[in-house]
Amino acid sequence: MEKAINTEINSQLKLNLHRQMLRIRMLDEKIVDLYAEQEMRCPVHLSIGQEAPPVGVCAHLCPDDYVMSAHRAHGHYLAKGGNLKAMVAELYGKASGCTSGIGGSMHLLDLEAGFLGAVPIIGSTIPISVGAAWGAVLRHESRVVVSFFGEAAVEEGVFHEAINFASVKKLPVIFVCENNLYSVYSPLPVRRAEGHEVVEVARGHGVSAWQADGNDVVAVYSLAKEAIARARAGMGPSFLELMTYRWREHCGPNYDNDIGYRTSAEFEEWKKNCPILRIEDSLREDGALTEELKLQVQTELQTEINEAFQSAKEAPFPEANKLMENVYAS
Amino acid sequence: MNRQLKFWQAIHEGTDMCMSKDENVHILGLGVPDPKGVFGTTAGLQEKYGPDRVADIPASENGMTGIAIGSALMGMRPILVHQRLDFALLSIEQIVNQAAKWHYMFASQMRVPLVIRMLLGRGWGQGPQHSQSLHSWFAHIPGLRVVMPATPYDAKGLLIASIEDDNPVIFLEHRWLYNITGSVPEELYRVPIGEARVLREGKDLTLVSLSYMTLEALRAAEALAEIGVEVEVVDLRSVRPWDSRLVCESVRKTRRLLVLDMSWKTAGFGAEVVAFVSEQLWGVLQSPPRRLAFPECPVPTSSALAKHFYPRAIDVAEAVSEMLNVDSALPLLNESTDQLLDIPDPSFTGPF
Repeated sequence: MEKAINTEINSQLKLNLHRQMLRIRMLDEKIVDLYAEQEMRCPVHLSIGQEAPPVGVCAHLCPDDYVMSAHRAHGHYLAKGGNLKAMVAELYGKASGCTSGIGGSMHLLDLEAGFLGAVPIIGSTIPISVGAAWGAVLRHESRVVVSFFGEAAVEEGVFHEAINFASVKKLPVIFVCENNLYSVYSPLPVRRAEGHEVVEVARGHGVSAWQADGNDVVAVYSLAKEAIARARAGMGPSFLELMTYRWREHCGPNYDNDIGYRTSAEFEEWKKNCPILRIEDSLREDGALTEELKLQVQTELQTEINEAFQSAKEAPFPEANKLMENVYAS
Repeated sequence: MNRQLKFWQAIHEGTDMCMSKDENVHILGLGVPDPKGVFGTTAGLQEKYGPDRVADIPASENGMTGIAIGSALMGMRPILVHQRLDFALLSIEQIVNQAAKWHYMFASQMRVPLVIRMLLGRGWGQGPQHSQSLHSWFAHIPGLRVVMPATPYDAKGLLIASIEDDNPVIFLEHRWLYNITGSVPEELYRVPIGEARVLREGKDLTLVSLSYMTLEALRAAEALAEIGVEVEVVDLRSVRPWDSRLVCESVRKTRRLLVLDMSWKTAGFGAEVVAFVSEQLWGVLQSPPRRLAFPECPVPTSSALAKHFYPRAIDVAEAVSEMLNVDSALPLLNESTDQLLDIPDPSFTGPF
């Protein structure tokens, strides 16, 4: 897939962004379809509904730049150029998985693509991202590092420690917060005082911060372009708060709008606000997306995805002697 | 090999040599470039290598550990310094969930060549939160290496080995060892991680110790020799991995085992040594193996109480005598020097 680095916002770019978001959506939908087969035997935190932040931000990154994420990493992994086949094999616990079956969905990695890792402890990759940026600076390597996390990570002490250091050292880190309003089932008001906005927290640490509609991939793209350019120019870290919404349950393939922590009505509103529908509308206005083209893109993506799942199902599991390998580096 | 260095000087020298040899080695920690230079161990290094490679940090132990991990992932070789192990407890998540596991979890694609130096406090009223040695916690974690040198020679050699190791190494330095003197070669040398050393040979009992307790073990061994009891003092030097082969070899010879731990007895490192030796040498042991450790309470601050907390050479010698059914006439150890019990040596006048 071609990278749209610093391109003007035209139909070509929008088609590219659309395709990447659709790829994430369709992959996670396939997980939804097959999860009940119980062959993907690990927790999955799906990116459905939150495709715009990873795609809009990663559009400005090359393989030498790094991205880190947390439990909800499928979108970040794919948008950064992570190998789709290897990711699916990893979900199936196969030896050909991106971390050889050891990590699963919650610990994805693709070094070649610059996806530096994701772990499911909230906030933990944020200081590691800052350290990677610092290490790059110490080594005179020109990279930027993007740290993706949810708004609950801003409640963790380690977030503040990390962003403070990035601010002190003016490191080339972009902190991208996907605020999807819920931390598992806990709504914002039990976690954050009214009027105490996430974006203000970042500003309080001396970091330039912006807030945007996280379901408008073009807006995300524009904001990220600015933030990443600043980092590359040595102007230090930035923080983006992107408002978005998770469609499925926190962990797993199902909908859970009926168990009481949020309403179907709220979900339906956000569903209308789908990032993919919105870019499609924009493209239709440009006259750049016909039903024929859309079907062609979907078919190509579905073929790629189906092949990845078929291949994963057929791939061998790791051998028993792999259990004790790699506890230590030699 | 007659050049004498103090323990803190040996750490300084090992650090300096590694930084000179490899530009990827860098140090970070609270107070690393300050006038005290972490009790001399980092003194002058910032002047020599600059503020990027010798960095002071915000009071953010957890964040800075993650940051050090990130730097290590990039190919740097960070040394993170905590002036007390107790402060590092804020960063247990990064040490245990992240540093220890990244190489395994990511199927060898990532490595974390991070050294975390932690000082172990004692005395001068350090109290409950400036005196802990939780080596058994770290020793429990696959993916970590844990070392505790007891001599200046081992301090330099183990530090160099730790810096060169591609795994996260917890490097534990006892504050009371800082001013002891020993022979230290001038050149760059390594003490392999995971190797113990017999410091004194003996046939009657194997006395396993680590860190500061090794000094007490040697004092006890000298006094016991006066009454004809020869204990073999084994200094572990590393607790993960630990040299079970050497310890078993010694116990095969002496048939008795006393382990001196440097923390609480329950679920402490002594339990690991006793369990392992019991499993391997059940038929060989002449008497039940024992552990000498700290009482089950936090360390009190008042020197009047702290003096009842730490086992001393006399306690070690008495335990050995009991195990060997020997009348413990140990005149040389009848210490009445109460005022020295909360300082490492007479030159120490506090405060930290």
